[in-house]
Amino acid sequence: MKDLALSALDAVARRGVTYADARALEIREREVTTKNGKAGHVSSSESMGIGIRVLAFGCWGFAATDDLSQSGIQSAAVLALEIARAGTAARKQEVTLAPEQKYEATWVSPFQIDPFSIPVDRNLGVLLAVDAELRRVPGVSLAEASMHFERRRQVFASTLGSLIDQTRSMTGAGFAALSYKDGEIQRRSYPNSFGGQYQLKGYELVEELRLLENAPRVAEEAVALHSADQCPEGESDLILDSSQLGLQIHESIGHPIELDRVLGSEANYAGMSFLTLDQLGRLRYGSEIVNVVCDARLEHGPGLGTFAFDDEGVPAQATDIIRGGRFVGYMTSRETAAAIGQSRSNGCMRADGWERLPLIRMTNVSLLAGEQSLEEVFDVDHAIYMETNRSWSIDDKRYNFQFGCEIGWEMRHGKRVRMLKNPSYSGISTEFWNACAAIAGPHHWTLWGVPNCGKGQPEQVMGTGHGASPARFRNIRIGSAYAG
Amino acid sequence: MRGDVEAIFGQVVDAARALGVSEIEAIVAGSDEALTRFANNAIHQNVAERTTHLSVRPVIDGRTARASTNRLTREAIREVVAEAIAIAKLTEPDEDLPPLARSAEYQGVERWFEATARATPEERARAVAEAIHAVEAAGQTAAGIYSTGESAFALLNSRGVSARHTETMARFSITAMAADSSGWAKASACNLAALNPLELALTAARKAAGSTTPRELPPGRYTVILEPAAVLDLTGQMFPDFSATAIRDGRSFLRDRIGKQIFGENITIHDDVGHPLQSGAPFDGEGVPRKRLTLVERGVVREVAYSRQAAALAGAVPTGHGFPLPNELGEAPTNIVIAGGETSLEQMVVSTDRGILVTRLWYIREVDPYEKIFTGMTRDGTFLIEGGRVTAGVRNFRFNQGLMEMLSNVEALSAPVRASGEETYDMVAPAMKVREFNFTEVTRF
Repeated sequence: MKDLALSALDAVARRGVTYADARALEIREREVTTKNGKAGHVSSSESMGIGIRVLAFGCWGFAATDDLSQSGIQSAAVLALEIARAGTAARKQEVTLAPEQKYEATWVSPFQIDPFSIPVDRNLGVLLAVDAELRRVPGVSLAEASMHFERRRQVFASTLGSLIDQTRSMTGAGFAALSYKDGEIQRRSYPNSFGGQYQLKGYELVEELRLLENAPRVAEEAVALHSADQCPEGESDLILDSSQLGLQIHESIGHPIELDRVLGSEANYAGMSFLTLDQLGRLRYGSEIVNVVCDARLEHGPGLGTFAFDDEGVPAQATDIIRGGRFVGYMTSRETAAAIGQSRSNGCMRADGWERLPLIRMTNVSLLAGEQSLEEVFDVDHAIYMETNRSWSIDDKRYNFQFGCEIGWEMRHGKRVRMLKNPSYSGISTEFWNACAAIAGPHHWTLWGVPNCGKGQPEQVMGTGHGASPARFRNIRIGSAYAG
Repeated sequence: MRGDVEAIFGQVVDAARALGVSEIEAIVAGSDEALTRFANNAIHQNVAERTTHLSVRPVIDGRTARASTNRLTREAIREVVAEAIAIAKLTEPDEDLPPLARSAEYQGVERWFEATARATPEERARAVAEAIHAVEAAGQTAAGIYSTGESAFALLNSRGVSARHTETMARFSITAMAADSSGWAKASACNLAALNPLELALTAARKAAGSTTPRELPPGRYTVILEPAAVLDLTGQMFPDFSATAIRDGRSFLRDRIGKQIFGENITIHDDVGHPLQSGAPFDGEGVPRKRLTLVERGVVREVAYSRQAAALAGAVPTGHGFPLPNELGEAPTNIVIAGGETSLEQMVVSTDRGILVTRLWYIREVDPYEKIFTGMTRDGTFLIEGGRVTAGVRNFRFNQGLMEMLSNVEALSAPVRASGEETYDMVAPAMKVREFNFTEVTRF
């Protein structure tokens, strides 16, 4: 791997570049799913290749190949340079990069149990036991359960002299019960929708999730939703569970703080951001209890955005994004940091594979735990409590959002008084965060993994981390998804 | 694509036989693609990728599993076959698992074009520079992509299937931005000669110029004219439900609705891989030839897709829309052709006393899986129509709209085109004039 990365770097460096880096990457994955008592998707895959990024003629060029012969690497190197040269046809100014140090490091994400040491039949055994529990509940028409394991070893080499060898292991697991009845489909998922929980851990995550223990409750809720009242439409205090709040952070804070979006790089696809440069340090993003960080360090937790170095060789860092409610930081790269006069990147460049260019991506963008107890968060005369995301949508500048959840509860004085089906809420990002009235403390804080964040052209899918504990918001519009 | 497909498959079969397995399927897929991306009137990301991968699937006494690699040495091929066999043997037998497919004739489609395959970084850069110049000349800022590439897909199995498909694809999309407005246009084609980047740039610039100082209108029910990309991205969300497996699982809105009138009589939809504006392979993930399906005929749901397994369970005939096994989803139609009408977009505008013209929709997500309600936003060119003409740009709306209601409220359709969006597969779709489209909120721009 090191030889490959250095060979690729040498192939471009000796042809004359301002800067270059090469990432040699080896990815191993396993997916195991079950559906209604049978194995669903059982697969194993490996992928190895190299991506070469050059800065030459004032422009970027990037070429990637899985032909790892000397001629394959030379061919990719030549192509990267040709691409950079072609970019001069539409160049406004030469790319400049914020300075960075040279690093030589080896880092392996910690885990207790190597997920690839667990045989597939044991994976299936766990999932089929959950499946049986789900289908034991009358009315469950579809039971789905899954596990996903991934290991990535990447060797990064750059013309700064950096040589960084990182290995990250990720585990994901979860299940869902679906109930079809009389022209209505209801679903409950555990511990989160869209595949469950994902973290930078080994197989120990599967054991920590207590899948089997939670299956009966989740299945019963899926069926009970058919008999529940429809979530009303109007304004209400809203309490979100930490998984839904994690996605709320992702969409209404994580994406808007990407500096490449702010500067227009994503205008044609993912969009731009309402956080224009004049807002930095001035905008009242949220209420005073709202504190958000972007933190890729292991100290923050085993998130999908945890690493030692980003994909342009910048060390993992913690950056304040919202401090006491005020907007104070973006996620940056070496190029975008230089573009706004910052002295250093805060290390958010990530690529979803060897064949793709690093982009600014969320690392772990988390709402810090509050000072309230869970009882204090729920202790209001009346509120709607929503759990587990069902749908999510936000405009391309990240002002207006609408989320739907799998289940809602009408709360009075901290007690659940009735179940509500099809709950949804909507608003404007800054108005929502300024309405934050209570955040539960660290005992209720969970670092959630979002495994499917899309960005870039060609599109890249990235895993991101979001820590949150349950929180309450005042006077939020609810029920909007079924309005009109 | 690296390697000789026949030679690779020969090694796969040999490796399987050496382990006592005679039933084996292999997919060899490769691509060589490049994309020139621009923003702020300059090329800023400019990439190319070459990939080849091998994926194998044995069938052993009702058991199956898949293993994949992009290493194509003899040793790596032996390893990936051994891995697939090892994990397949750890699964329980499934009496519903079909044996490997047998070979069948499929219609040939010519979708590989030399000019697209051989497009150079310089060619893309020149076209991008010209497009940027057109937008800059309008006092605006351009962002977008121009991609070209070729792909090859081969599916072979030990029962004689040897299905091959090669294709080229070119895509150009552009967003033109003025101070408080934007416009967008996109097109794709197997033959890059069918693309006109400059024309797309001028369209985007015209939309941006025409929507400056956007007015804020209240949410509510409006007559809308959806351009083909908007029709594509919204209606495209429902086609995974035209799947026998999805219906059987109770996750399709078509459960208990086959044969029923759920859309207006002016809605007819086919799945037709052979359509001249379509793309993709004429066979499915098991090598079964894709049949032309009448999904909706005059508003009535007629046919859905069946994989071999779904067909066997239902006593039906496979339609050639199965995904590679093993999978949980079964099948889906992916070559959608929505029949059009004879009303041009301009005629739709002229016939509208008050309405909204929508260029594209964004971040579309399902709100209700059985009523098929979706939410999302308008984006990059949303206009007010008054008295039969476009009079102003408007701030973007959020919609919450049921598809059955929407496709029952279509007042006019244009001729269909190959439409390309960002939220689903490209398809052949017309523009639509729809009454009582449900906008529920307005955003800030």
